[in-house]
Amino acid sequence: MKKIFLAAAIIAGTLSTKAQKFYTKNGNISFSSKTAIENIAASSNQVTAIIVPATGDMQFSVLVTTFHFEKALMEEHFNETYMESGKYPKASFKGKITDMAKVNFTKDGTYSVTVTGDMTMHNVTKKTTTTGTVTIKGGKISAASQFIIKLADYKIDVPKVVRNNISETVTIKVACNYDQKM
Amino acid sequence: MHIKKILLFSAVFITFGLRAAAQDTTGTDLLADLEKETANSDAEATKYTTATFKTTRLISGHSSENVAKGVMDVKIAHRFGTLNKGGYELFGLDNATMRMGVDYGITKYLMVGIGRSTYQKTYDAFFKLKLLRQSTGKRNMPISLSYVPTIALKTLKDQNTEQNNYFTSKLYYTHQLIIARKFSDNLSLQLMPTFVHRNLVSLASEPNDILAIGIGGRQKLTRRLSLNAEYYYLLPGSKLAGTTNSLSIGFDIETGGHVFQLHFTNSQGMNERTFISETTGKWEKGDILFGFNISRVFTIGKNR
Repeated sequence: MKKIFLAAAIIAGTLSTKAQKFYTKNGNISFSSKTAIENIAASSNQVTAIIVPATGDMQFSVLVTTFHFEKALMEEHFNETYMESGKYPKASFKGKITDMAKVNFTKDGTYSVTVTGDMTMHNVTKKTTTTGTVTIKGGKISAASQFIIKLADYKIDVPKVVRNNISETVTIKVACNYDQKM
Repeated sequence: MHIKKILLFSAVFITFGLRAAAQDTTGTDLLADLEKETANSDAEATKYTTATFKTTRLISGHSSENVAKGVMDVKIAHRFGTLNKGGYELFGLDNATMRMGVDYGITKYLMVGIGRSTYQKTYDAFFKLKLLRQSTGKRNMPISLSYVPTIALKTLKDQNTEQNNYFTSKLYYTHQLIIARKFSDNLSLQLMPTFVHRNLVSLASEPNDILAIGIGGRQKLTRRLSLNAEYYYLLPGSKLAGTTNSLSIGFDIETGGHVFQLHFTNSQGMNERTFISETTGKWEKGDILFGFNISRVFTIGKNR
């Protein structure tokens, strides 16, 4: 009888070894647009992000309304006329690190990686590939990336009159410390 | 007995194990649980409604909007002559009255403004205080409520030099409540109960106090264009001789830091007591004036 129990326990134990996930709810995403006339920048510290070292899965999600600008009117226009956050409240990325072999999760260091996945914002989903870094320090994982998107790709139109104030491309910076485990 | 127990245990373990394994394979929804938690905490937070109107004026009168803290809004408004003047005066464009003004946001809830109108050489000053903000979530408030008192000083030289002309005779006071609700992204409506007091009236039979109820709203046509309307109904018994209710219809066009408001109205004045209590034009007779407001905001102080 004991043997049966033991066997059952072992099977159960093996099966329930979930792949460990690391996550944060306070990741940072910022973006900026620079033109000769005006610089526009905003940042959110309420990014939910998750990484699964075993599979290389990486996902990010942020509420558009959590981005804050220095100028109140810019923030209003960002939500109301550009991102339409009432209709499309969230921006997200769901993808995978394609060269996971490079990263040794047990050894401290900064590893350059390539990430591919689907970026969704303003109700448009686009396949995106970008480079970034994964840093391991004392068992803690953090990730960072910087990339450029075209506003037109996400159907964010800029009216002609302000085309000199808003650049066609926006630089996005991502920085997340995965400080929690599950 | 013993065996049964063990089997039960094993079954439970295996089921659990399998469920955990199954979770791992559903890689596309890794964030679902986390987001659910966040959504729950969001529901507990209060979410304030923003951008009920595009700017602080609906057409001639105030909307429920304030300028943000530290933001200066320069407003220049024109009203041309009446359309029924015909081609000789280019449908009123030969005549123009204007108001130049500056608004400033002291806090999130309080803005102040001053202005001068060429019409009767009038200076005006006001503040707008937000008493309630429309919100959902933890604090559910169906409307926003603002209080706007305005004082106006007419500096046009006294017409009647035979009577004693006191400084106070040139002062006018307006008190206004603005009850607004943003019904959807596109539709916002507001009610404006208004009280106008004039220290001096021209005839003894005329009332010093005038009560009016305004109703107005906007319907967005595109993301940057909206159709606005504003109507002030003078309550019976509080009408000056020859005056009528003010009705204005117009468009808001927004481009970056500017808002252009183009409209047709039967009111020439651009401060509260003139358009609410001294409108003489009649729409049905073609006493319709074309006008525009231009608003340009400058961020002076820090937003946060």
